[in-house]
Amino acid sequence: MLAYVIYISFAGALAETLLPRGKNAAARWLALAVAVAGLGIAVEGFASGMGQGREVIVDAAWVPAMGIHYLLLADGISRVLVLLTGIAAVAGILFSWNVELRTNQFFAFYLALIGGVYGVFLSGDFFLLFVFYEIAIVPKYFLIAIWGSTRREYGAMKLALYSFAGSAMVLIGLLAAYTAAGSHSTALADLAHAGFSAHFQFWCFPLVFVGFAILAGMWPFHTWAPTGHVAAPTAASMLLAGVVMKLGAYGCLRVAMGVFPRGLDPWGFTFLGLGSWRGVFALLAVIGIVYGALVALAQSDFKFVIGYSSVSHMGFVLLGLMALNQIGLDGAVLQMFSHGVIAGLLFAIVGRIVYDRTHTRQFAELETMHLARRLPFAAWAFVIAGIASMGLPGFSGFVAELQVLTGAWNARPWWTVTAGAGIVVGVAYTWRALQKAFFTDNVPAPHVLEYEHTHKLDPMTWPEVAGVALLAVSTVAVGLYPRILLDQIEPAVRALLAGGVQ
Amino acid sequence: MIEQAAAFTPQLGAAPVTRILWLVPALPVVASGIVALLKQPRRKPAAALAIASLSLSLLLSLFAFGHVLAGWTNHLAVRETVNFTWFTFGATGVDLGWVLDPLSAIMMVMVSFVGLLIFIYSVGYMEHDENFTRFFCFLSLFAGAMLGVVIANSLLLLFMCWELVGLTSYLLIGFWYQKPSAAAAAKKAFITTRVGDIFFLLGIVWLFAQTGTLLFYNHEAGCLEPLALGGLLAQHAAFGLTAAGAIGLLIFCGAVGKSGQLPLHVWLPDAMEGPTPVSALIHAATMVAAGVYLIARVYPLMSAGVPLIHTAEATGTTAALVVVTWVGAATAVFAALIAIAQNDIKRILAYSTVSQLGYMMAGLGLGGVAVGMFHLITHAFFKALLFLGAGSVIHGSHEEQDIRKMGGLKVDMPFTFITYAIGMLALCGFPIFFSGFWSKDGILEAAHTGAIKGPYYLLVFGALLTAFYMTRQVCYVFFGYWRGHQDAHESPRVMLWPLAILAFFAMALGLIGTPAWPWFRSFLEDHAAPFSLHGFAEPGLVLLMTMSSCIVLFGLWLGWKLYGSKSPKPEAPDVLEKAAPHLWAGLRDRLYVDEFYGVTVIAFYFWWARVTDWMDRRLWGGIVRLVVRITSLWAHLNRLFDVRAVDGSFDKACEEISTGGGLLSRVESGRVQSYLRILAIAVVALAAVLFWSSMP
Repeated sequence: MLAYVIYISFAGALAETLLPRGKNAAARWLALAVAVAGLGIAVEGFASGMGQGREVIVDAAWVPAMGIHYLLLADGISRVLVLLTGIAAVAGILFSWNVELRTNQFFAFYLALIGGVYGVFLSGDFFLLFVFYEIAIVPKYFLIAIWGSTRREYGAMKLALYSFAGSAMVLIGLLAAYTAAGSHSTALADLAHAGFSAHFQFWCFPLVFVGFAILAGMWPFHTWAPTGHVAAPTAASMLLAGVVMKLGAYGCLRVAMGVFPRGLDPWGFTFLGLGSWRGVFALLAVIGIVYGALVALAQSDFKFVIGYSSVSHMGFVLLGLMALNQIGLDGAVLQMFSHGVIAGLLFAIVGRIVYDRTHTRQFAELETMHLARRLPFAAWAFVIAGIASMGLPGFSGFVAELQVLTGAWNARPWWTVTAGAGIVVGVAYTWRALQKAFFTDNVPAPHVLEYEHTHKLDPMTWPEVAGVALLAVSTVAVGLYPRILLDQIEPAVRALLAGGVQ
Repeated sequence: MIEQAAAFTPQLGAAPVTRILWLVPALPVVASGIVALLKQPRRKPAAALAIASLSLSLLLSLFAFGHVLAGWTNHLAVRETVNFTWFTFGATGVDLGWVLDPLSAIMMVMVSFVGLLIFIYSVGYMEHDENFTRFFCFLSLFAGAMLGVVIANSLLLLFMCWELVGLTSYLLIGFWYQKPSAAAAAKKAFITTRVGDIFFLLGIVWLFAQTGTLLFYNHEAGCLEPLALGGLLAQHAAFGLTAAGAIGLLIFCGAVGKSGQLPLHVWLPDAMEGPTPVSALIHAATMVAAGVYLIARVYPLMSAGVPLIHTAEATGTTAALVVVTWVGAATAVFAALIAIAQNDIKRILAYSTVSQLGYMMAGLGLGGVAVGMFHLITHAFFKALLFLGAGSVIHGSHEEQDIRKMGGLKVDMPFTFITYAIGMLALCGFPIFFSGFWSKDGILEAAHTGAIKGPYYLLVFGALLTAFYMTRQVCYVFFGYWRGHQDAHESPRVMLWPLAILAFFAMALGLIGTPAWPWFRSFLEDHAAPFSLHGFAEPGLVLLMTMSSCIVLFGLWLGWKLYGSKSPKPEAPDVLEKAAPHLWAGLRDRLYVDEFYGVTVIAFYFWWARVTDWMDRRLWGGIVRLVVRITSLWAHLNRLFDVRAVDGSFDKACEEISTGGGLLSRVESGRVQSYLRILAIAVVALAAVLFWSSMP
């Protein structure tokens, strides 16, 4: 049943391309219907998968000569991320309700992207995973290059090049592993049991890990993220931050760590105080957390702040992965979900609710607009999203980051201490953005008040309110009752750890 | 005292009132949710709902308190907990829960009672505010979160409520966010307290990593119980601290932020930008006291390693407690000094709060939970009284906050004057009749018996300063003649009743903590409290009391002598300013701590942020551009190779083929005659070849 999330998305994309030109309303409703159906299936799959462990959905021979199977699997991690994709997809469409340029093509690319993402999360075969991964990259380029803003060709091209550089590394790893295994199967489970030599894993693990981590925004391969996010149209930046960056992190966990677990072993020598790939990537993750937060503090463009905050928050995912213990990995997966929802909300507010009304994202200009009074809904939504983003208790980010920090503490206390500094800066940049964009320091002159009174900003529309509600409720629900997700994540992570990752 | 303590049997099971204790914080939170959904003009239901919910919480708290009290009179050490698992990973569960013991019972009653009075007062104070319902929404949410902090039996739940308290504090300080200073103050408060909270969070993570639980009490398996403490003591962290002490200090950092201790006190005076009831509830009576409460709660962690002898002579101490003591004592004097030179009625009280919180911390560090907590409780009442009195003054003098533009209000606002005077005398520690005297004396006594004398002298000096700056304020506001614009008027009844009730408690609470009947200490420490005047007979005690009384009286006299009924012009410099202008300027500008942070920490952060931003644009961007350049250069080279070498040879080959084709094409002329000619030649040639080859 869960496999239908993929088919329905691609079918929806096809149907969108067949719609006659000018039927914008039909295109919107069709896209929404497809996304809601996808979410419904995801929820159903999530609920029925509770306590099921790992299950095979489809297994068919695809290229028998090479032992490639069309193999779809679902375990707790996949189900959680499929659920996240469903939520992000629906929210993204709600926030694209005002797209008027080539509407049906926009949604066609959008749904194709979603379909590819669903596919990656459900693939149980390295080759199939790679195919879906590539499918997800292509629509991103067009979404940004056609419907984007600020330097969109540059942003789109940079993103596509980074993505393809990463997938080239992954492809090399895939072919090397296939050849080295010699078992004529590309199923992840078979590769994981192929018994690769430690030396092989020593160089193949970092190759694949970095290949995926580029898309997860790992420092210093992160610069595609802010420019890409800023250039992208609202829905695309929501998806980029919300699910596409998760593809990278998921690949790191499922493929790099799952297939080459011994790549994390100590090298047996130390270089600059680092004794293993684990130490290297944890260091990069911690740097990313602090660095992303600091850069966000120095931005003058509202959307860049959120873009860099994503780099910082994805650092927690990578740090959790490198903790290599139950609580750290649990936290990493939970943080993927949490960041997906919260970043989506932040981008929606900045890109759709504020930018589409004020046509600027510069703090210097927003400061003169008194948005707290003119767009109270946006201000409140941003307060909620902001406190969720800075990891306040009651929101999903708190549980996730707490687990990551605890896991990291168990591994190396100084990781946690340094990451803690990133959290403080996180508070600072969020509040700085909040105050600059909404709660400005200057009191309006009478004629400005007059002007604002006569030139009212467009009122909120129902899709915006619905989208904000969907995302806000998701993060609060998980924040108050994290067991909804953790009960699924925990056994899957335990199985992964028992499978050799430790 | 050990024998007495042993007579109290531990009480384990949870009574019905403990089971429903979660309602105490839940009711105000639910009320806040409902109020949030109300339309803006519905003022009465909003206020009624908030007040009703908190009244129910108070009622429930009183029941709980009665339950603990009943246990106490029957020599039972009541400590009932209800715990549940929030989520699990692997075999480990993260548990939350709540606890009913003397500490939480007393605090719960205080918070809900003072809170209720302030809610009622707010109905009058916020009457004309257009966002009346939003105010009550936030206020209820705050009360719920604060009560959550109080009953939490898990450091994690406490931290969650703690953060929620910080958030509502942010919302309430910035309630009048149209005022730029209010929005800035709210941001500052949040970020400053967050700095402390990060260390708190690290402490939590460390504690969890060490003990595997965050529950305080869980039938001998909690992190404050001997088993876990023993494990923590065996571990040594850096600087000669045990793990218990190091974790305790990290947690203390959180308390430093929330309770406005040095060096994180800067946010509290700015927080006075919020409405006055908020200042009274949050920044005087409850939230800022949460830091002190937190330390009282985790006191076993702080004091772990001290032999359990709580005699007055030999209070053992640990490195962690010494730090707490010094921070508290230094804050007490530092803030009191600044308070002398302030002219905003609320800012004076704010610095006074910072100073008194320092006393509480020092009390905890020197004398244990009972000493610090007693001052917390008495202070909550008289400081709430002072803030509400200040609110009444501000309300009555048309939103004026500068004490130099007031004066003579004892005639216009007699009721406010009397209650304010009671609060002020309690704060100064006026002998015998006021609660502040007894609670502060407890701290001074503990400081006097302590091994190190430094904090004692600091605290005594602080007491002198306190009496002095409060006298100065009262002289400016209530004596002399009116220097404001419009005539002042007395406040409405709904604002005066809470003042009267608080004034009563500001005096009466002293009764439960005198040396003759130390009920408060006995209740908290689970032993009986007989009434005997022998309490005064402890050596040096009467002398100490007399001396501290003299100091207070001297402070009052000095203040009166310098300020009295003189009513200086608002523009005229202060008497002390004339005497020592530079010192005065330094104190007035709050000893430049804010400026210091501005040019160091904050500037550093922004500088660092700019450097990393530059790195991102130039360095990483540069590397990307370099790669792009190289790639594109290579691409051009390839193109050159393609055009010249590959295409050249391809074209050459094509040319050759083409030429060859051209030659051949001449043959195909389409004329039959020439075809026949060629055919004939071919036949002849073939014949010749055949003929030739058949030759022998």
